[in-house]
Amino acid sequence: MSQVRQGSRGRATGLVRAALAAAALAASAPAAAPYVPESDDVVLERVGGPQDPELRRLAHARRNVLDNPSELEPALTFARSAIELGRQRSDPRLMGQAEAALAPFVRVPEPALETRVLQATLLQNRHEFSLALNMLEPVFAQAPHHPQAWLTRAVIELVQGDPSASRASCTHLFGRVDALVAITCVGQASARAGRSRESYDAMRRALDGASEAPVSERKWSLIELGEIAARRGDSRAAEEHLRAALALDSDDAGTRVALADFLLDERRFAEARALIDAATPSDGALLRRALAQRALDDPDWQASARDLEARFAEARLRGAALHEREEARFALHLRDDPARAAELARANFATQREPADARILLEAALAARDRTSAQPALEWLAHTQLEDVRLAVLAAELAAIE
Amino acid sequence: MIRAVLLACALAVIWPGSHASAHQASTAFLRLGLEGTTITGQWDVALRDLDLALGLDADGDGALRYGELRARREDVAAYLLPRLELRADGSACPIEAGDLAVDAHAGTGYAVLFMRARCAREPKSLDIAYDLLFALDAQHRGIARVTTRAGERALVFAAGSRAQTLSVSEGERLPRLAAFVREGVQHIFAGLDHVIFLLTLLLPAVLVAEQGRLQGAPRLWPALSRVLAVVTSFTLAHSLTLSAAALGVIALPSRLVESGIALSVLFAALGNLWPRAQRRPARIAFAFGLVHGLGFATALADLGLGVGGRVAALIGFNVGVELGQLAIVAVFVPLAWLGRESWLYQRVALGGGSLVAAGLAVFWLTERSL
Repeated sequence: MSQVRQGSRGRATGLVRAALAAAALAASAPAAAPYVPESDDVVLERVGGPQDPELRRLAHARRNVLDNPSELEPALTFARSAIELGRQRSDPRLMGQAEAALAPFVRVPEPALETRVLQATLLQNRHEFSLALNMLEPVFAQAPHHPQAWLTRAVIELVQGDPSASRASCTHLFGRVDALVAITCVGQASARAGRSRESYDAMRRALDGASEAPVSERKWSLIELGEIAARRGDSRAAEEHLRAALALDSDDAGTRVALADFLLDERRFAEARALIDAATPSDGALLRRALAQRALDDPDWQASARDLEARFAEARLRGAALHEREEARFALHLRDDPARAAELARANFATQREPADARILLEAALAARDRTSAQPALEWLAHTQLEDVRLAVLAAELAAIE
Repeated sequence: MIRAVLLACALAVIWPGSHASAHQASTAFLRLGLEGTTITGQWDVALRDLDLALGLDADGDGALRYGELRARREDVAAYLLPRLELRADGSACPIEAGDLAVDAHAGTGYAVLFMRARCAREPKSLDIAYDLLFALDAQHRGIARVTTRAGERALVFAAGSRAQTLSVSEGERLPRLAAFVREGVQHIFAGLDHVIFLLTLLLPAVLVAEQGRLQGAPRLWPALSRVLAVVTSFTLAHSLTLSAAALGVIALPSRLVESGIALSVLFAALGNLWPRAQRRPARIAFAFGLVHGLGFATALADLGLGVGGRVAALIGFNVGVELGQLAIVAVFVPLAWLGRESWLYQRVALGGGSLVAAGLAVFWLTERSL
């Protein structure tokens, strides 16, 4: 293409933008043409069944809700199980179903405390952080030590990038929940506020003394230990913890993605790809696979990238902004578009401030040679005193620009 | 009191990748096309959602087979149709179910119900009420694409927005057309090569060769008719190929087209420098106009149009190109006519201009064919 023509395209912005939106829409529409299968035996979808006892139990709980539509308890029971299974499987449908079951009891003038706590969890899951905190507010007034409410609040504060507030919320858990949970909660917050060595040691001691604790609690502790170790540059310990977490529950999509991220950072792309190939293809997993495929010169990476693009377009149409971190990584590493990546990463960092959010913002700003974009993340790093070897390198490289 | 907390609940947001799977969120796709008083529709609903609502897995083995879906065709239609309401200017358009097919979307199985609705009159506004699944899944979304004579619109239905109204008036069509006209005009001016080609061909139009020497044309009308012949031939040719390419009848690699355009400028310029070579500028305008039309088509394709808006876009864009071209001619002809006797015109404009054009063409040619 000639220079001349590129000039003409530059001027076409308004229309092009409208056309791109339409193209994104087209991409989100069902890709293949509808067809009529040749045989009645063609399997179209898996919907639970005897091989999936958890889903069957959930169906049973749902029947209970439908049979007793005015009773709160069946709805709470169903919502709790749906949320738990939904998180384990990265299945947002189950979250939506939990929300629908709760809806009649959320709409009343004074929702029950348990209803509020579960609804807050669902709001938090959709990244509606301030709505979630509002939903919880009356709970603290009526039940000042409600552990689930404090834990949810601690997590929101941590995701919003305020480790000291999160740490303070975690202290309400001591003596009211298993020690491992309270220590992990405090530890993960303190570790993001300049005390990663002490936190790491304390969390390890707590884990060593809690071999009887439920799998979910040990898994959480191990993932956090793995991430702290990775931030401190101790790859060996990080891998050990993440693999131990995956060994506890090999079905957990989040653990798998965490380990894949670690392997990508270590440039062990083939292992990352193999790990994801064995997982349910959530958008998060698909992104990691595409990154690994591209690094390995696997020709499939472009198909994966197109698939992801369609999914992001669909998410955008659904009105969900919870993909910005992932989409920024996509723009930077799979579309080689640092400017777009920086824009997404900056928008993401306005609401979500975890180390991974800071990292993609720094990476995108560095690639775009745009220090200004990175400013919020640099300030946040200085303010929280987060210790992270990779972020420190990125910050130094950014400082060297100009 | 030591209590077990629901860690999974609290941590749902914090574990990496745990929320990032919108494709698994419940999403249905609705396509509606309004033509006259008839609305044809296609509704894609995820089989997992239909199974949740209707219990489709008859043998309970966890594998939903086509036979199980087909056996429940009536139930599926009876479940879906009351959950969609179409109104033309307030009066209902009853919907009938058509065939049931299947599809897959991002690895998720979908049932596809074809529909047809008849309205009592051709609507000025279309009300769409959508109430699928919200009671079962609060995060369900219905993504609708509605094509009317006003163009294509995307609507998103959610628990909090279950009814929307679409204006079908012609009013929206004009700004869209105008946008394409503007694109056409901009393209002609921004694409320097088109302007230079045209001007290079027009430069000699106000001159006549008298015993091998060029001098100003004595009469206006023959000069004007030569201009007209060049412009008409160019327009005719590029409209032809632009339409053919935009409608998908022909397709050439853009590098070839761009090189061809550069070649056309070179040819026209050399024709001016060696006047003997160029007797019939109108024919050259036509022959190379075909190539320029393909170039316009590339520019139009860069605007990334769907099939729906293609014809309107094609017309608008072409009109824009002609308007831009007309503006150039309107400025060029009076100036050329007034200056035709001068040394400045005959030597600098014709000779120098053509030389510059030839140089540019060679530059483009090497750049584009590399």
